[in-house]
Amino acid sequence: MKAANPSPISEPHALRNRLSTLGSAALLFLGIWWAGHNLDGYQTRLLNLVAVNAILALSLNFIYGFSGMFSLGHAGFMAIGAYVSALCILTPAQKEMIWLLEPIYEPLAEFMTPFVVSVFLGGLAAALTSLVIALPVMRLGGDYLGIATLGFAEIIRVLFTNLAPITNGAIGLRGIPPYADAWWNYAWLLATLFVILSLLKSNFGNVLKSIRDDEIAARTMGIDTTAYRTMAFCVGGFFAGVGGALMGSLVTTIEPKMFNFQYTFNILLIVVAGGLGSVTGSVVGAAVITILLEWLRIIEYPMDFGFIRIPGIPGMRMVIFSVVLMLIIIFRREGLLGNREFSWNAFYDFFGSLKKRPDVHLGHLLRFLRLVKKLLAGGQP
Amino acid sequence: MNQDLFIQNLFNALTVGSLYALIAIGYTMVYGILRFINFAHGDVFMVGAYFIFFTVNFSIIPWPLAALAAIIGASALGILVDRVAYRPLREAPRISALISAIGVSFLLENLGLVIFTGLPRPAVQPAWLVDPIIYGNIRILPLSFVVPAVTAVLVLGLLFIVYRTRPGLAMRSIARDIETTRLMGVSIDRTIALTFGLGSALAAAAGIMWAMRYPQIHPFMGVLPGFKAFIAAVVGGIGSIQGAVLGGLLLGTVEIVAVANWPELSGYRDAFAFVLLIVILLFRPTGLMGEKMEDKI
Amino acid sequence: MSECTLAEDNAGRFTAKTLHGPGGSGGVAPPGGPLLELSGVTMRFGGVTAIDDLSLKIPPQKVVGLIGPNGAGKTTVFNVVTGFYQPQEGRLEFEGQPLAGLPPQKICALGIARTFQNIRLFAGGTVLDNVMVGCHVRRKARWWMAPLCLPVFLREEKSIKEKSYALLERVGLARAAREKANSLPYGAQRRLEIARALATEPSFLLLDEPAAGMNPQESEDLMHFIAKIREEFNLSILMIEHDMKVVMGVCSHIWVLDYGRLIAEGGPEEIRNNPWVITAYLGRPAEGGPHSA
Repeated sequence: MKAANPSPISEPHALRNRLSTLGSAALLFLGIWWAGHNLDGYQTRLLNLVAVNAILALSLNFIYGFSGMFSLGHAGFMAIGAYVSALCILTPAQKEMIWLLEPIYEPLAEFMTPFVVSVFLGGLAAALTSLVIALPVMRLGGDYLGIATLGFAEIIRVLFTNLAPITNGAIGLRGIPPYADAWWNYAWLLATLFVILSLLKSNFGNVLKSIRDDEIAARTMGIDTTAYRTMAFCVGGFFAGVGGALMGSLVTTIEPKMFNFQYTFNILLIVVAGGLGSVTGSVVGAAVITILLEWLRIIEYPMDFGFIRIPGIPGMRMVIFSVVLMLIIIFRREGLLGNREFSWNAFYDFFGSLKKRPDVHLGHLLRFLRLVKKLLAGGQP
Repeated sequence: MNQDLFIQNLFNALTVGSLYALIAIGYTMVYGILRFINFAHGDVFMVGAYFIFFTVNFSIIPWPLAALAAIIGASALGILVDRVAYRPLREAPRISALISAIGVSFLLENLGLVIFTGLPRPAVQPAWLVDPIIYGNIRILPLSFVVPAVTAVLVLGLLFIVYRTRPGLAMRSIARDIETTRLMGVSIDRTIALTFGLGSALAAAAGIMWAMRYPQIHPFMGVLPGFKAFIAAVVGGIGSIQGAVLGGLLLGTVEIVAVANWPELSGYRDAFAFVLLIVILLFRPTGLMGEKMEDKI
Repeated sequence: MSECTLAEDNAGRFTAKTLHGPGGSGGVAPPGGPLLELSGVTMRFGGVTAIDDLSLKIPPQKVVGLIGPNGAGKTTVFNVVTGFYQPQEGRLEFEGQPLAGLPPQKICALGIARTFQNIRLFAGGTVLDNVMVGCHVRRKARWWMAPLCLPVFLREEKSIKEKSYALLERVGLARAAREKANSLPYGAQRRLEIARALATEPSFLLLDEPAAGMNPQESEDLMHFIAKIREEFNLSILMIEHDMKVVMGVCSHIWVLDYGRLIAEGGPEEIRNNPWVITAYLGRPAEGGPHSA
């Protein structure tokens, strides 16, 4: 009887799917290699932004979409990651140049670590901060949690503006070494995906979602809801710190003002647009929103058609995006993907059904790729 | 601290506290009824300040009438925001309305940036309000008397509406139990619109007076006062109008007194409110005058 | 699928538990002693006394009932036992251990599980996910082992899945394992909630109106189902129920609450004929009742 019932709990085509995942990871890095030789600076920057925003969106989605904690403190965690990592990769000579008004806190002047360690330390510092924040705020629910985390992010920003010996105050840090190239960014994105997916696909993922769906029932099931919410908050905080660290090295200049509520808003927009509670949604959302945000920059620059000159409209980009966010939340609350996920089984089923349709062929795919390339180039000023 | 400085700071605290209180009332009324933070409230405050700026500078209307027009305009905006961005989400999870509110907030700020440009504008300041009264070493603006007085009148008016009129009864009833109130034949949407209208009117009044005290207006001027006023509402006990007034005055006092006593902390001034928020949430999450809400199992 | 296959399919802790009595709780009640004892428990909300000086002893290995009119305080008793409310007075002892001050999750770990009057499934998950959440309280691996893919963790994940699936087979929901929990019909949702509670390996199960909203045939099935799980899982069941046919048919002992006070207890026959109970339910003195003559 056992043989007649081949384990009902195991996933079908497990081996094929695992190979597919490895194959597409290899394909991704092949793509990065190709991009390194073919894309210009602007396009590469966009590609990098997509990866970093995807990391940030995944971390926020882990906290909000999967664990049900409405956190508005993402910019704060990013700031911590960015500053800690920048302090670890700036050379002693650079530090001497940057801290002019007030000397740097002595032990930091000579401190340096390799990039990968720096990013990790940035994430760790953000995770520890999340832990400290979690202790008081975890018992708050809903929007109270949101406003408390927002409060902490503001406190972090004010602290960073004032702690000049460590952060160089309002002037910020300039000339951060641009180590965060596509290789690093996408490697960190894959690492983020791996950690978050392995948690979510395990029973711990079920536990987190159960706390989100019904906290009282979860406690009745013996789940220490405070402990698990704290865990989710810290894991999310870690990757927010990692994202901040990469962002700092990508833009090479950071200042406290940069990590304001607007930043959290952009990440929230990606998560909501992609679909709350969908890992796939966060990655797709990051790609779509990042490219659109860059692409819409064009309307904020003055346009010159030779015979007529249209002045740029500062703020128009965010007007459009706020409207987009509201339209999504009012008319399509579940976002692009809802809580659906990409799965190889669905993927192969889809292509299996395409094979039976003679009107679909490779040309469609090529045309689609050309469209993507055009979109990538579209926002270039 | 010497006595002169004390009196001066007292008036400062009273002025800033009154303004926080006026904004906080709008947050607390909306939260009491719909249970979500109307993030856009701080931006209605900003729009109020712009309305009077444009009415006074681009028409011949005298400023008291312009102030009235600005208050009415902001009320209309508040009602419009509710109609467009919140009413479709009444049945949705509360967080959806909150996200929509964040969207409205960014929309108003950036629309302000597009329409009014980011250029800071001088505020409308009638001379008799800002000519300092000098008495010995004490230097006080007439504004410091007028703002608390106007606030007191507005709050008393609001309390009258809420506690002595039928629409006020409907409001309090919705805050207790929206479903039962609906069954009683009260028009929920109209009452909620009234709530937004009243809250926005007070915010606009605060915006006009705020611009007299900090005489520059810009599209992002509502962000920080908005957050702080919300915190004042939480400190006072969300849902309670009296609590919002108390919280606003308390927050104003804490800010002024702390900076006056420890000038080296002035860089951290904007963090005080958030620290106060976290302390309150830790030790008395229902605020000073709030009622405890039990989760039903 | 027969019972014996199940026993073979599920090696390990699950079978061990069903063969050797309540698991997880570590200790077994002293022979003859009650499984759960409430003495003098009083619970007040503001000025309202929801439970007034309630004392009762739940015997091991029995199905027992708690009945009473609406608002009598039955669900409050459940909330006190499962740690959601802390009573102002009185003691609770489970297997000889005091429960005072323990949060719900600790009480679940001791071996007390419950269902809710208004079903509280995790709507975002599948049927299988719901039962797997119930298994969590007995797991040993920690969350950080997941991204490291430690063998301990992977083995445990597999056993949790197997155990959950086996539980679903026992309650007849295996076919629906991959469906959304809230897409199930009402009766199946009740059974799923019971399966989820069983996954925590309780020695004491509280059911809050399991037959609510069921037709006579479904209630009949439910009675057999409750008797069956009591037998197979070797536990005690306390149920709140308004359907007297179910209560009388399956409970060996019944307590009657009215206005938070115990007004009667005894076997089904005694309760059926108790004049106090009739008064409480019908609101008027029955013949020979407390207020007549």
